[in-house]
Amino acid sequence: MMISVASGKGGTGKTLVTTNMAASIGGVELLDCDVEEPNSYLFFPEMDERESSDCMVPIPVIDEDRCTRCGRCSDFCAYHALAVFPQKVLLFPELCHGCGGCALLCPEGAISEGSRSIGRIHRGRSGEVRLLWGELFVGEPMATPLIRAVKAEARGDLVLVDSPPGTACPVIEAARGSDFCLLVTEPTPFGLYDLSIAVQVVRGMDIPCGVVVNRSGIGDRGVYDYCKKESIPILLEIPMKREIAELYSRGVLFTTAMAEWRDKFVLLLERIAEEVESR
Amino acid sequence: MKQLVVISGKGGTGKTTMTASLAALARGEMVVADCDVDAPDLHLLLKPEVRETFDFLGLQAASIDPDKCTRCGKCEEACRFCAISDFAVDPAACEGCRVCTVVCPSEAVTMVDRISGHAFVSDTRFGTMVHAELFPGEEASGKLVTMVRELASRIAAEENKDLVIIDGSPGIGCPVIASITGTDLALVMTEPSISGAHDLERILAVAEHFGVEALVAVNKHDLNPEMTEEIGGLCGDLGVELAGRLPFDPEVVGAMIRGETLVEVEGPVGEAIRDLWGKIRARL
Repeated sequence: MMISVASGKGGTGKTLVTTNMAASIGGVELLDCDVEEPNSYLFFPEMDERESSDCMVPIPVIDEDRCTRCGRCSDFCAYHALAVFPQKVLLFPELCHGCGGCALLCPEGAISEGSRSIGRIHRGRSGEVRLLWGELFVGEPMATPLIRAVKAEARGDLVLVDSPPGTACPVIEAARGSDFCLLVTEPTPFGLYDLSIAVQVVRGMDIPCGVVVNRSGIGDRGVYDYCKKESIPILLEIPMKREIAELYSRGVLFTTAMAEWRDKFVLLLERIAEEVESR
Repeated sequence: MKQLVVISGKGGTGKTTMTASLAALARGEMVVADCDVDAPDLHLLLKPEVRETFDFLGLQAASIDPDKCTRCGKCEEACRFCAISDFAVDPAACEGCRVCTVVCPSEAVTMVDRISGHAFVSDTRFGTMVHAELFPGEEASGKLVTMVRELASRIAAEENKDLVIIDGSPGIGCPVIASITGTDLALVMTEPSISGAHDLERILAVAEHFGVEALVAVNKHDLNPEMTEEIGGLCGDLGVELAGRLPFDPEVVGAMIRGETLVEVEGPVGEAIRDLWGKIRARL
């Protein structure tokens, strides 16, 4: 079973939920697909079997001797990654989506494909949790190929995916193929508004979803009323407690210091499994 | 005209609350732009009244005409984005590269425009606001950010305003790069946590990479004073000023619920923002 953890709004507690859930249930693979700002690994400071590799994406390589500067490649490129000047063809690699169209079209066969790295895929193990996370290089705009690469390495029977914030293409890529999407929100107007967009996204993908309300006790009833109206189950509430916030700020899993919470996360997993089965 | 962008690596560190408060302090002198297009919240505080709406054309998507399709499968084979299966295109996966139109021997594939969202120009109590909605799950959020910024700059010029304040999105990827490039100053929000510090370092590297000067503000600094000091040290090492320290105040959520900015209510956070605003003005 693959469970993605998403939110719409940033900073609502996706990583808090994913890391504590993984540590509480064990026997799980945690994929941190928030590759722009991966944080999950910070909560597992003692990790074994650490290794990493590059995430390669294809880019065109131009043979300047064969090239006649006809401009077919730059005319075709939908991403403006190629510019043809009288003396030279310029490539803007970070704009290239690696579609292969330029190599396909070049009448001189002057374009072959090479590759370049846009980030790193890291792996490690902490007790019963296997961790995989992507780290996009600074200045790289495209997160989705790296998210795809991290997800391609998932092997476990139980996989938790920590998604990026927002509701655009990186979130879709992180949630794609999951059996359930856990939406973490906070009971505030911002939390509600972004939750409602995230619900449209997962419903559009036909993925069942449930909600975790983090920092319950602050804010208002908007999120609760919305979930009731939309028949979305609220599967867990984590209260606004200074202790939880402080542990999080120091990079400590609160379930290790507040052991009673481990059972709640185990129960959360059971409730998710029920929701998936009842579909 | 100057452009100030409010960004953060980590989400939920107070960008939108800060942007709204700065817009209130600069009322009448600025145009504000919400560039967090896939989770926009600024409208909840500024309550814009829309005066103009624009369609946003995102990436084109391929479409296969089943009458012309001979089911040869060449398009599926050539597509690098796994957007074609069973001789149909999944528009959510299509990146609009048009390779399928090239390889199709029977001209069955065409590219179609798609409206991926809207941009709005609106009135607020502080001045003109430009904002947008990206339809859920759409791509090209960076392109929509660029559209919002272009609209905001054009309107600021028309209205003789000398400042555009931009609310950015979290992360370091395409919409963030589109928000930050060519701005005059980035106010980087963070929080005193291990995640906040980690993400701050990366977003400051992005600002440096694109040649944008940065100032840092720590939200809820008193929740973990040691971590705030660590962030101060990090800023010092990178030669970036830690210009603002906002205290934790449960009243902030109350103001959000009432749709008020923090400088419209009495409180320690509002005072800290006024102080920070002085430093921002001095830099612009």
